[in-house]
Amino acid sequence: MERNPLRRQLQIMRKSLFDQGYLDEQFVQLEELQDDSNPNFVEEVVTLYYRDSARLILNIEQALERKPYNFHKLDAYMHQFKGSSSSIGAKKVKAESTLFREYCKSGNGEGCMRCFQQLKKEYATLRKKLEAYFQVARQAGPMETACRPK
Amino acid sequence: MVLLESGFSSPRNDVFPAGLRVLVVDDDPTWLKILEKMLKKCSYEVTTCGLARDALNLLRERKDGYDIVISDVNMPDMDGFKLLEHVGLEMDLPVIMMSVDGETSRVMKGVQHGACDYLLKPIRMKELRNIWQHVFRKKIHEVRDIESLEGIESIQMTRSGCDLFDDGHFLGGDDTTSGRKRKDADNKHEDRDLSDPSSTKKARVIWTVDLHQKFVKAVNQIGFDKVGPKKILDLMNIPRLTRENVASHLQKYRLYLSRLQKESDIKNSFIGMKHSDPPNNSTASFGLHKPSNTMPDDVLNGTYSFPVNNSLVQTVDVKGQGDRHGIASVPVAEPKGALSKDIPDSHKTKSSQMSFDHYSLGSAASGVSFASFGSTTQARYSWTEIPEIQSKVEYEPVQPENGFNQLPLPEPSMIEKEVNRSRTEVKPLFDEYRSNLVGHSSPADLVDLFPGQSKNQTLKNQVFDPISATKSSIKTKDISQNCLADSEFAKRNLNAAGREVTLASLPEDLQIFWLQGDGYPMNIALQNFDFPEYNDPALIDETPFYSYDAPRLDHEHLFDPTEYYAIDQGLFV
Repeated sequence: MERNPLRRQLQIMRKSLFDQGYLDEQFVQLEELQDDSNPNFVEEVVTLYYRDSARLILNIEQALERKPYNFHKLDAYMHQFKGSSSSIGAKKVKAESTLFREYCKSGNGEGCMRCFQQLKKEYATLRKKLEAYFQVARQAGPMETACRPK
Repeated sequence: MVLLESGFSSPRNDVFPAGLRVLVVDDDPTWLKILEKMLKKCSYEVTTCGLARDALNLLRERKDGYDIVISDVNMPDMDGFKLLEHVGLEMDLPVIMMSVDGETSRVMKGVQHGACDYLLKPIRMKELRNIWQHVFRKKIHEVRDIESLEGIESIQMTRSGCDLFDDGHFLGGDDTTSGRKRKDADNKHEDRDLSDPSSTKKARVIWTVDLHQKFVKAVNQIGFDKVGPKKILDLMNIPRLTRENVASHLQKYRLYLSRLQKESDIKNSFIGMKHSDPPNNSTASFGLHKPSNTMPDDVLNGTYSFPVNNSLVQTVDVKGQGDRHGIASVPVAEPKGALSKDIPDSHKTKSSQMSFDHYSLGSAASGVSFASFGSTTQARYSWTEIPEIQSKVEYEPVQPENGFNQLPLPEPSMIEKEVNRSRTEVKPLFDEYRSNLVGHSSPADLVDLFPGQSKNQTLKNQVFDPISATKSSIKTKDISQNCLADSEFAKRNLNAAGREVTLASLPEDLQIFWLQGDGYPMNIALQNFDFPEYNDPALIDETPFYSYDAPRLDHEHLFDPTEYYAIDQGLFV
């Protein structure tokens, strides 16, 4: 157990993100890539993700405003979004993406709309959690090694 | 999108696979960043690209700059599978596809298009660590086919990896040999620098016209559908030519055809032309009608005696050979049914083929041949003006891709205008004789497919000679017709020379004239004349150019009579 209180806090936060299913193995991959030449690699990637995916979210939002729904387009957008979300290991967000695509394939507009609302919630929640996490991480200094989730 | 360059350096000569030069293509900037980091951690040399188009440019700019390409399947500017095709054909590099979508059908498609692997996102670093195996495997397979190298294989394996990646050659270090094989060799002469058979260097053969001719001949003999590097190699029977050389040349050839086909605005359907997937599982589906395949061959082999300077013609001929290949195959290559080409299309291909030619033969030959056109020769080409213009215009975008210098083109709008006008009217004529051409072998096909080709021109010149002699009585020359011919002539010169001849090399008055040629009712001129005598086989028999050992050209199908007229006008104004 970490002696440094900040690091301990960081460890707890991290563990909870995994335990609660917000993050998956991919996040660990990112952590393993972090090194001296890229000491803030994970945070940079997550920042990049949120910046780029905001655009995709907007696309989907706009597409959902046009009735009747263009399911093909919606599916394509979501495919992109899902791919992006997989890059940081955003587990719940990814699950919602998959569900959304299912609804698209079956032409369920209602399902798409509901699912998208849920997805946005998860997306926002994860962002808040990660922002808090990185804030502590910056304060705590470099972690020793990435700890794999149980 | 992210475009980071790590430089086009040769790979580090460290322990293999370190220094493997990877090009990553993905429109997702997050993934691009992650993959770059992952690959760097594997000690690979990484270049990232956010657009497929940029990736292709990078690859083309530096043929040997990369060892492997990793690309996402879904990209905004180009389908990943399409990129895959291009890379496989043009550069013969291993390509790995990536996607968050792991559906079997998608993976299948990837494999069908020639991907050597298909990774599912999220990608683990350990998956990237082993991508070097695809590069190695490819090299091994190429080596294996070279009989004399069996013994060397074991040596290669025990060698350090630096040899494998030294400038893309297998057994690196032989700088003199590689230098010799650069494309700037003088291709005017028919010497050929074949790669040393004992070295497993990647094909550095200079494909001289003569060599290419043999290649095409072999391809035609085998039948494009069944063609394979080994078969071609055996047929060609060139000492010291390796299967590897042939394989890479074949891929280039195919890609070229496919690219031409796609880019040309083919409207006519080539009756009888069929296409099938190439045997090596490459992405493009090319199918060449046997006769048309034979066609260029025969033409290539034919010796034409022209009234004009024979050396000139011969060079043109040679030039045309390279060009023809593209043209011949182009109509068939397009699987979408637009298999036939009317003149404009073939002319298009001609221009593009010139690029191809350039590409494969080096600029020396092409530059020389066209620059040396005399005015008489040029005059004969005037009738092909319309298609040439068209091809020139439409082919323009392709030029940069090939890295050729763009000649200062005349105002494209003028060209297009006239081309468009002539196009519709030329087409029906060509449709007719095209359908007749199917089943013909060699010259007929040749002519049919390459009305704008220098080859055709030479053929036509042959025909024209007697024709003009017999038709000298035709005096119904319009002034407009004359002017038309001249303008065509001017334009034709531009096109005949393809990209190799600058406008400056054309007679100035022609250039000027050409510019003034806008608004010419070219098609009108072409259509209004009927010259049944032109179809008289006797005429053809008299022409010296039938001396080649190809089936007699069915004159009827050779040329649009109206075009004869135009040329006639050009010749005998």
